[in-house]
Amino acid sequence: MAQKQPLLEVRHVSKMFGSVIALSDVSAQFYAGEVTCLLGDNGAGKSTLIKILSGVYQPTEGDYIFEGKKVVLNSPREALAMGIATVYQDLSLIPLMSVWRNFFLGEEPEKRFGPIKGYDIKFAKETVRSVLGQMGILIRDPDQPVGTMSGGERQSIAISRAIYFGAKVLILDEPTAALGVKQAGLVLHHIVQAKRRGLAVIFITHNPNHAWPVGDHFIILRRGRVLGDYRRDELTQADLMNLMAGGEDLVKLQQELAALLEAPLGVAGESPNVQEVISAS
Amino acid sequence: MPADSVRIAPVPEEQLVRVGFVRSAFRRVEIGALIGAVAVWLLFAAVAPGNWLSVTGVARILDPASTLGIMAIAVALLMIGGEFDLSTGVMTGTTGLVAGLLSTRMGWNLWPAMFVALLFALGIGYVNGMMVTRTGLPSFIVTLATFFVLRGANVGVTRLVTEQVYVGGIDKTAGFDLARAIFNTGIDVFGVEFRSSIIWWVVIAVLASWVLLRTKYGSWIFAAGGDANAARNLGVPATQVKVALFMTTATAGWLVGMMNIVRLRSAVASQGIGQEFVYIIAATIGGCLLTGGYGSVIGASVGAIIFGMAQVGIVFAGWDTDWFYSFLGVMLLAAVLVNNYTRRRAQEISLAAAKARTEG
Repeated sequence: MAQKQPLLEVRHVSKMFGSVIALSDVSAQFYAGEVTCLLGDNGAGKSTLIKILSGVYQPTEGDYIFEGKKVVLNSPREALAMGIATVYQDLSLIPLMSVWRNFFLGEEPEKRFGPIKGYDIKFAKETVRSVLGQMGILIRDPDQPVGTMSGGERQSIAISRAIYFGAKVLILDEPTAALGVKQAGLVLHHIVQAKRRGLAVIFITHNPNHAWPVGDHFIILRRGRVLGDYRRDELTQADLMNLMAGGEDLVKLQQELAALLEAPLGVAGESPNVQEVISAS
Repeated sequence: MPADSVRIAPVPEEQLVRVGFVRSAFRRVEIGALIGAVAVWLLFAAVAPGNWLSVTGVARILDPASTLGIMAIAVALLMIGGEFDLSTGVMTGTTGLVAGLLSTRMGWNLWPAMFVALLFALGIGYVNGMMVTRTGLPSFIVTLATFFVLRGANVGVTRLVTEQVYVGGIDKTAGFDLARAIFNTGIDVFGVEFRSSIIWWVVIAVLASWVLLRTKYGSWIFAAGGDANAARNLGVPATQVKVALFMTTATAGWLVGMMNIVRLRSAVASQGIGQEFVYIIAATIGGCLLTGGYGSVIGASVGAIIFGMAQVGIVFAGWDTDWFYSFLGVMLLAAVLVNNYTRRRAQEISLAAAKARTEG
């Protein structure tokens, strides 16, 4: 990918918490108009990496490069101001508040009434309806509390909001986790919409079935390191599944389990190797 | 995109049902309070129609409702912002004593004395807010401590200075007549005296409701109470919002404190104690959730009217006034049950619709 400059890049980034190494020498490039899937099991370092990308953590070592320039982010607000928006799993919407209030929270449109300024509610409601309509979410009633909407709809609203407010980089933290097939489909639909609008989408997931249909670029993390960094044409869905599931460890686990099935009763369950493999993967 | 990707079918128009009248009525925050107000009004209209259905009756009801309403509005805003204030009742006493002592003992004009009392109230509100937001302790505990500190100081300081537990003679201080005319006087309407505190209450209700529903600060209050962390992630200054709300309840306490001393011409050390719960009850009857992020200023005002109707109605009906608080307790429980039921119904309807939309 030498012909294109990445929009966002981290070079040789490490993060330590005391003596614990959460992330070690991770380099990754994220391009505009592409979906980069960040995959990995629990504890692989996915959340540490996105917290660095979104400005929550500062890396212990390494560089953060945005639009070709080295930057240091001290807070999520600074990242947001630069156009790096993060949609957290649950932390982006207020359930008891209406759709339009949520959509414009922190960025309220205002209208002047003589010397005083009021909330431009008419504009907010109409904009929410049309912006979400363009994203394929039909809002009958903008006054509806967000808490009464489905999980997929909520994620979609949060994504639409980031796009509307001019995000260049959209970081999505497990947006499809805990969603049913249709709901997850709705979210994937919006990920593609964001990509088509030229955003660099960073899609964090541990589900290769959700990553494969939308991803242009796959980064697999494992125990704080980059295990693999592939373009879409460099691997197959089966490869991705295998990488995600733990590759060699999975094969080993299968053999161990097969052996366990054949072992005589009484000594079964005492195979320490199975325990080891499970805890390692 | 590969063939196994998920396609989203557009929702046909006929599936878009209009928002029904019943559902929008259920979604009104104030529904429980309104039902309660109508029920209480009908009850006393049946039991004591003579006094109840007169202009005098209305004036009598609105008198206690006005000062309570002013407090309930401020308390409702704070509860929507996700916090409690138990020092509101005692604050009406403290501010009255500060203004009373400065004017009668130090010989100040009442106006600068009232101004110092306002600064004192703002300071206490600020300390309450900072303690809650900095320490992360529940506001219930922090303001309970403030309540007891002020309660003790009210009696302690007053007795030290006056050797009594009240400050009298405020009506002899300079500036009293103007203060009385502005804060609490009688206004003759159809030959019946209405308190001017009613005008304050209405103006404050309109203003507070406008801020809550029609400005960005209102959205910030809902967000700070609904989920302070999510609000902060989106750039809402949730901490400052909460501190400002504590200062608002303290200011309301000051205003009602001033109304009391110009009306009674004296300040009493025990003034307001126990009232903090009445304010919370009025706000809760009006639809405020104890967990924050939900409620209404108009609802809190209706809650105050229910309180006023109960207080006056029991006298009109010739019942034993000892039962007033029991009546209030029943009202609170009934209103909260109605609020809870309607909110759940509205949510069930919406959730079913959301399921129909996305699950097909």
